Amino acid sequence: MKRVVITGAGTINALGHSVPDTLEAMREGRCGIGELEFRDVDRLAIKIGGQVRGFEAEGRFNRQQMSLYDRFTQFTLTAAKEAIEQSGLEFHGELSAKAGVVLGNSGGGMQTLDENYRSVYEDGKNRVHPFVVPKLMNNAAAGHVSMQFNLKGPSFTVSTACASSNHAMSQAFQMVRSGMSPVMITGGSESMLCFGGVKAWEGLRVMSKDACRPFSANRNGMVQGEGAGIFVFEEYEHAKARGAEILCEVIGFAMSSDAADIVMPSKQGAARAISGALQDARVDASEVGYINAHGTGTAANDKTECAAVADVFGPQADNLMISSTKSMHGHLIGGTGAVELLACIMALRDGVIAPTIGYQEPDPECALDVVPNQAREASVDVALTNAFAFGGLNAVLALRKV
Amino acid sequence: MSTQEKVIAIIAEQAVLEPSDVTLDNTLEDLGIDSLGLVESIFAIEEEFDISISFNANEPEKSDFDISNVAAIVAGIDKLVLEKA
Repeated sequence: MKRVVITGAGTINALGHSVPDTLEAMREGRCGIGELEFRDVDRLAIKIGGQVRGFEAEGRFNRQQMSLYDRFTQFTLTAAKEAIEQSGLEFHGELSAKAGVVLGNSGGGMQTLDENYRSVYEDGKNRVHPFVVPKLMNNAAAGHVSMQFNLKGPSFTVSTACASSNHAMSQAFQMVRSGMSPVMITGGSESMLCFGGVKAWEGLRVMSKDACRPFSANRNGMVQGEGAGIFVFEEYEHAKARGAEILCEVIGFAMSSDAADIVMPSKQGAARAISGALQDARVDASEVGYINAHGTGTAANDKTECAAVADVFGPQADNLMISSTKSMHGHLIGGTGAVELLACIMALRDGVIAPTIGYQEPDPECALDVVPNQAREASVDVALTNAFAFGGLNAVLALRKV
Repeated sequence: MSTQEKVIAIIAEQAVLEPSDVTLDNTLEDLGIDSLGLVESIFAIEEEFDISISFNANEPEKSDFDISNVAAIVAGIDKLVLEKA
């Protein structure tokens, strides 16, 4: 088995248009959630979200590209450019033939769907632009990344709702670890902040009208975000041979299914994914210093997640830090695990633990060190990142400082 | 604008050319318009003239709508506009 390291990272989300900007915001505990701005927002009960601001597609992409790129693809390509530039890799010959891109995404081109449904249903038009399908398909972003960077190996999109990115990154990790490919581009993206996207979530009655406060006793639901996180997963010897800067090592993963309920999380399912990741990474629970929580800020998730962590870690649970950065960038659904992996990189590489902001009242059912409101300096050797999706589909990755 | 001017404007935009660079005997291939560009052009023409063009990219030769060159497209549109009226 090969060792797998991360040699490039890129992002765009409500906290920043790059990794340095995002990590700075996380260090400062800044909140990227605000009033939503798009057509018909006045008809929504939920009017807040972690929207990407100041991102203009014009100028960044040409006219032909604009006609083919939904906003989630635009985010993906922007983050992929940052990640691949940082890695210093160029894809030619054998590397190009073997390298691919595995991305997480849940909604596909929701902006494209929203606009075109509006046009045919509301405006009564009988014709849509010919590129609606290639624009809205969930794998559009993966396809465009492969084209733009000449990645000719295995590429596909994984769709497991809120765990999409973690499942995708687990898949990419396996491909590099097994020796199938020396480099994989991976991560995920989402852009559902449009009228139809938020309206659908509103229906579930799990959204907060004011803030995302994970683990806080007065939490009242989740807040949606949007954006992308993209990483370069590279075989360790390959990275070392070319003198690449290594951000951290990916050491294990596990996936599990609750096989219980389509929306309610299960402690056992979550615990099996967490303990499975430790086992796969061959680390002892005592080595884990930080967990990036799924931490959605809903009543159901946070107490189930804390109970699962307590089950797996036992008394060790009191020695680790667990925070939810969704309090700052919102829940990016299919892209969320990717943006949250940045908090793990910051913990391992920089020794800074991102806080859970908006925390106001301790909850006895979430009695862990949730790093409330302020970032903290700490040396961490091993970190985990959790994602527990609707459908009861869970994926956890384990990372180590290099 | 005449049909011809409108069509040339649409095709020129698709080909990223100046309208003056597009002549009636040009084929879409001459102008560097690929299959995606073709369906986009047909969409733009349908929007502009409020007509419906029967065109299946799988069997373009079976379409009643002649796209062999710019002049044929203009003639096809005039016919459809007339039929509509």
